Amino acid sequence: MLRSTCSAAVAVVASLLVIAQRNPIYSVLLLIASFGALSGLYVLLDAPFVAVDPDHRLRRRDHGAVPVRGDAAERAARGHRSSTSASIRCCGPAPMRFGALLALALVVELVVGADASAATPARFRRRRSARSRAIGRSLFTDYAFPFEVTSVLILVAMVGAVVLAQRDNPRDRRDRRV
Amino acid sequence: MFVRRNLITILLSIEIMLNAVNLTFVAFGRALGSADGQIIVFFVMTVAAAEAAVGLAIVISLFRHRESLNPDSFAALKW
Repeated sequence: MLRSTCSAAVAVVASLLVIAQRNPIYSVLLLIASFGALSGLYVLLDAPFVAVDPDHRLRRRDHGAVPVRGDAAERAARGHRSSTSASIRCCGPAPMRFGALLALALVVELVVGADASAATPARFRRRRSARSRAIGRSLFTDYAFPFEVTSVLILVAMVGAVVLAQRDNPRDRRDRRV
Repeated sequence: MFVRRNLITILLSIEIMLNAVNLTFVAFGRALGSADGQIIVFFVMTVAAAEAAVGLAIVISLFRHRESLNPDSFAALKW
């Protein structure tokens, strides 16, 4: 009860701060905190698969879900013009430390998770694998069609994002004028 | 979402709303003793990832044209 209350409180506060921040970079960092708290809630609700996914999604987005050339994404995140030196400054010690902290947290999670899975009694392990098997079986039997449709959607979104984010070629622009 | 005048913050707000929906699905699935809630959450997350990728690409494209992220700057399609 205490753990779920704490996780819920952190999620709510972080979500409110996402909107309250003026700098979108801080908003994204707070959104990661919110996702972390939500992952804790998902684990407490017996949904470990769902708990893993938001973090991965967010980390993927941090690495750049949309492949763009130049520093347009960063400038867009700040909402105003910025020089190259400013974009380098963004990757200074503070984000590097935060990234190192995330990497350390990942290692600790893996070590603690490995220890916990080894210490889990066999009947609980069996129950957990039975639940995972039930989810996997539902995904590939009852929900096979939505699963495939979602795959196509992801593919289309990926292609669309690449097309939208690519820079205009000056030669193409000249051809259009002619 | 409507208070902040920044397209990226609006995208992040949409993510928060989708998270709230996901949490509701998981909580109801747990209460009803069914795994269907978790499966629906998978689909919601997939759609959210696609939406975020395309949304961010559109935001970048808009920023390249207008050098602004204020939604009020883009009124060309306004009714």
